[in-house]
Order: sequence, then C-alpha cells, then structure tokens
Amino acid sequence: MTQNLPMLAAALALAFSASALAQSGTLKIVSSLPRTGSANAQTGTIVNGIRMAIAEVGGKIDGYEIAYEDWDDASPQRGNWDPTVEAQNANKAVTDPAIVGYIGTFNSGAAKIAMPELNKAGLVMISPANTYSGLTKPGMGEANEPAIYRPSGSINYFRVVPTDDLQGPVAAEHVAGSGAKKVFILHDRELYGKGIADVFQKRAKELGLEVAGFEGIDTKASNYKSLCQKVKFSKADAVFFGGTTQSNGGQVAKDLRSVGFTGMLVVPDGCREEAFIQAAGASNLEGNTFVTFGGLPPEQLTGRGAEFCAGYRTMFGTEPEAYAVYGYEAARVLLDAIKRAPTKDRAAILKAVAETKDFDGALGIWSFDSNGDTTNRVFSISSVKDGKFVFERRAGDAPAEGTKAK
Amino acid sequence: MEWVDFFLQQLITGLSNGMIIALIAIGYTMVYGIIELINFAHGDLFMLGAFLALTLLGMLGLGDWSGASAWAAVVIMLIASAGFCGALNWGIDRLAYKPLRSASKLSLLVSAIGASFILVNLGLFWGGLPMDVFAGGVAAAAPKDFPALVPNTNLLGEESLVQFTPKDVLVWVVTVPLMIGLTWIVTRTRLGKAMRATAQNPVAARLMGIDTDRVIGATFLIGGALGGFASVIYSLYNNTISFQMGYRAGMDAFTAAVLGGIGSMPGAVAGALVIGLVRSMSDAYLETRWTNTIVFGILVLILIFRPSGLLGSRVKEKV
Repeated sequence: MTQNLPMLAAALALAFSASALAQSGTLKIVSSLPRTGSANAQTGTIVNGIRMAIAEVGGKIDGYEIAYEDWDDASPQRGNWDPTVEAQNANKAVTDPAIVGYIGTFNSGAAKIAMPELNKAGLVMISPANTYSGLTKPGMGEANEPAIYRPSGSINYFRVVPTDDLQGPVAAEHVAGSGAKKVFILHDRELYGKGIADVFQKRAKELGLEVAGFEGIDTKASNYKSLCQKVKFSKADAVFFGGTTQSNGGQVAKDLRSVGFTGMLVVPDGCREEAFIQAAGASNLEGNTFVTFGGLPPEQLTGRGAEFCAGYRTMFGTEPEAYAVYGYEAARVLLDAIKRAPTKDRAAILKAVAETKDFDGALGIWSFDSNGDTTNRVFSISSVKDGKFVFERRAGDAPAEGTKAK
Repeated sequence: MEWVDFFLQQLITGLSNGMIIALIAIGYTMVYGIIELINFAHGDLFMLGAFLALTLLGMLGLGDWSGASAWAAVVIMLIASAGFCGALNWGIDRLAYKPLRSASKLSLLVSAIGASFILVNLGLFWGGLPMDVFAGGVAAAAPKDFPALVPNTNLLGEESLVQFTPKDVLVWVVTVPLMIGLTWIVTRTRLGKAMRATAQNPVAARLMGIDTDRVIGATFLIGGALGGFASVIYSLYNNTISFQMGYRAGMDAFTAAVLGGIGSMPGAVAGALVIGLVRSMSDAYLETRWTNTIVFGILVLILIFRPSGLLGSRVKEKV
C-alpha cells in the first residue's frame, strides 16, 4: 500500500495540472445586467456591444479562447435588478477561476453589492452604465464611500460613463440657460435618483435658480396628481426629476402635464429609453421635455463610434440603443488590457486595465483616472419628437478633458 | 384666494382617488364578511381587468379616440372587464378556496397568496404579448400607457386654477350608482338576504335551506365584477397600467377595508375616502415621503382605539 502512495500522488498531480492546463486555454468574461424587465431593451444592446467587441478580436487573444457569458441580475418578481441575484452573480464569478473580467452592473445600487465581493477577489469590474458618483469619488456620496467598496484597499472597479456629479450640473445649466427662474426638484429616493437630484440642486443654486421644492416621491403610487398640483401652484417654470422609468418617471411626466403644468421637464439618462416614452405617453413629452445623457447618442458618434454603429447594424440588423456603445467600449477596454497583460491572470489584467491611457475608443480618446473613472466628459441633451428621442445639442465638455488625459 | 383653490383641488383629487379605492375595497370586505378570508388575490385580479381593457382597446384599433366612439369603447371595456373579473374571481373561489372551506382559515389565506402570485405572473406574461398597445411586447414588465379616452379638459374653464375634469366626473358617475345598486342587492333582494344569513352563521343558513356555496360564489362574482369596473376607471383616470399595480391598489383597498371595519360595506367606502383624502392632503401640504407613514399611522391608531374600525361596530350584519 505504502509503495503505491507516491504513484497515486503523482497521478493526482498529473490530473490536476492537466485540468489546470485545459482551463488556462480559456479566459472567461461575464456580464451581470438586468435582462428581465423593462431595462432589457437597453441591456440587450449592451450585450450585443460586448459580443461585437469579442467578435472583432476573433474570440481569441494570444492563443487564449475568449468565452463570454451573459448573466441576468434581475428577478421576475421585481421586474428589475434584484440584490439577491446580483450577490449570487458576484459570488459565482469570484469562485470560477476562469473568469477574468466582470462587465456590469447596469444599476448603481447593484454595483454596491457586487463591488466589495469582486474587490476582495481582485477581479476587475467595468461598468457600462453606473453613474452614481459615490461609487468611485470620495466626498461625493456617503462618508464611507467609496472606501467601503474597496475592502482590499486597491481599485478594481472602472466605468466608461461620465458620472452624475457631472450630469446633474449639465441638467441645471440647461434649465438656467432656457431662461427659467424657479425649479421644482423631484427624485425617487434611490441611490441614483436622489444622488443626481442633489448635485442638480447644488448647481441650480449656484446658477441663481430659485428652488421651489425638493421632494422624494413614492415610486409605487398610482398617480402623482396632488404632488404635481403642488408643483403647478408653486409657479415653478421647470421641473427636474431624478429617477428612472422603473421608478415611475413616466407617471410623473404624465401627471405633470395632466394637471396643466406647461413648464420644462428635465430628466436624466435613467429615463433615456423607449420604455420611458411608452410609459409617459409620447404626447405628454412632446415639446418641453429634455433628457440628459452621458456621451452622444449613436447617430451623433463620429470616427470609430460611427464605425461601431455601422458594424452594429450589419451584425444585428437593428439600431443600437444609447447604451450599446458603452457595452462595446467596456468590453474593448477589457480585451485591450487582456492583450497587454504579460500573464493572463486576474492580477495582471486588473493592472493593465488600471493603466489604460489615451485609449482610442468609440467614445473618443480617453483614459481611466486614479478613481477608475473615465476622463470622457461629453454629454448630450435630447428632446422627444413624434415619440422618438431627438438630439438637441452637445453639452458639458469640461476644459479639464485634455489636461486630465495626460 | 389661491390657497382656497389649492385646497379645493386636493379635495377633488383625494375624493376621486378614494372612490376608486372604495370599489376595490368592497371586493375585499364582501369576501371577508362572508368567509372571513382576506383575499390577497383581489388586487391582482383588478390588475388583470386593466390588461383586458387595454387589450380590447388594441383590438378595437388604436387611433384618435374622441366623442361617441370613445364613450362606446369605455362602456365596452367596463362591461367586459367586469364580466371577466367577476368570472375569474368566481373561478378562483371554485378552484382554490372552495376545497378548503372546512380547513383552517390560515390554509385559505395561503391559498389566496398563491393565487395572487399566479395572477401577477399572468399579468407579466400578458404585457409581453406582441401587440401595439404593449409596444410590441418587448418590455413585458414596463408600465403601459393607457390611451386617454376621457378628455382632460377643465370643466370649470381653462383659466380656472382648480381642475375638475371629465375624468373626475367619470369616476363618480360609475362608482356611485354601483354602490347604490350593491346596497340594494344586499338589503332588498333574496340573494342579499341569503348573503347576510350566510355571513352571520353559515351552518344555520344551510339548515334553513340556503345553498351557501351558491351564495359564496355569487359574492365572489359580484366582488370581482366591482374590481373589474374599478380597473377600467383606474386606467382611464391614471392612464398607466403595469403588472405590479395590483399590489399597491390592493394594499390601499385592504387598508381602507380594515380602517372602515372589515366586513362592513359602508365602512369600506368611508375608509377608502379617508385614505384618498389623507394621501392627497399629505402629498400637498407635507411631503410625499411621509404619506405612507401617515396612512398606516392612522390605521394603527384606529385599530388601537377602535379595533372594529370606523363603522365596524355599528353594523350588526356583515356582508
């Protein structure tokens, strides 16, 4: 028996190394996005963007097979992202050694759950859609943010979209620029909605706008007639709603118009989806409703961005939704880092992502700053005409863009 | 006087919202009165009524609804949704509650929660049907716009700050006659007498030759039909429906029923009007985030100091 032991050990070791070898041939990327519910229209195109980026490198980097899995972080009960599912996804990613990149999340609230888990495992996470500032920027959110998301002390979370602390002011500047004097601010009491409403309020006051009210809504209410009447009687000439379609933005827009409020309504990118127009009713948004969005809508992209749109149409036969290009960009920057990484393990790839500088992407030339944020600060403002979002103008180009990139 | 206008406006909005809640609350209170079941599926039944109404509109053809054709569509939807919800509620009773008649009340309650889940998921599936009214069904869970068949013009004149619209009129024109009719059924007809008898003592009622199963079935039918009427009124008033709307509507209606004294019909209506008004006033004069706290705070106080509800103890016979 004793003689057999070394042989058994050798056989075991051989089997183990063989399986390790087989695993090292494949690098896995996963995305965790809400694929059930109304956000699916957006996340579907994000997934398409990711698939397109992988197809462009032929599904292979330096002899390694790139595998991709599209995970859902929503549940049918909520019809929206679900904390339990997001936590399961993060755990699943951490325990699968083949996974070297985690693209997600769509909702900032979901990111809060996944971030510390992935951080402890040193797994790189790139979000195509989170805009809540506190996730990365010290002093922009709660006192313990963003340190609480970085238990290991180092940064593993990056995002390719400009944050709310930049988007809120863009919205406030648009309101002030229209000649409005008094603004009523509503929000959905969620991380994203309240966060963006807070920075909107700050900038609005700086610009000399009078704030008629600042209120969190009950996102499950059947209507907001009383609240909207209050807005009307306050004689505000503009309303800002910090929230999303899922937090009942459509009903807010509808009731504002139904009580006879004729002023301007400005909503953030969480409402920039077809579902918002569908929920609000196109006629209620016609004319005086504006949507801010980090980056340019697909049809306004130039250069590499325009190439992306053309490629997307050929590959999928549909128009890319607003977030498609961010899915594409997140996957491309990750693939680029995998290529640059000297060894194809989590730590080396994470380091390579963090070192991304002057990346020639579909969104322009940009870098990740020391917080993990993109240096890209282009915003656009759209209105709604005939039930479609129509590009109005480019906004928010900060002078810091060129200097930060260096 | 602007503050008077503002106050009047809140009264109108609050009462209209309250009347819609009242129609749903009656469905809860009737069923509770007769078999002591809190029918958690009732709110979701109401939601399906709204989906049926929107589907019908889609089949009638979406376009510029105005004048006579719009009113005809409203009448068709009211009848169809009421019939559908009534029949569905009756069917749920036969399938899910009747076999448990002699089981403990808790089993019945769990069965109702199960029925509620089934209905919610049915709504989610329904919203994903490839129809124009559901935006092709691409986003099943997204809220759906319900066409504004009833105009939003101000009957007090466009320059008036107070808004009183045909929508508000519709709510009252439909709900008040329904409630009067229901009261008549319960107090003046043979069926009503049988219902009251069954509510008071089912065993004695059976001994007296009342077919209690038939009476209970009729109660579910009527309660469900009222929910169906409410769903169409709600949809025309708010112009948005979603598969999750039954939860909040049901919660409000259930609270109204308890507030008024569960089992009592006038109590449910009173409770619903109180909730509608409190919601409206709180949204207007305080902040929306306090509204739920206040509504449920009032409920707690009522239950502590008047456990049988606002009108509960005054009504001897419960239906």
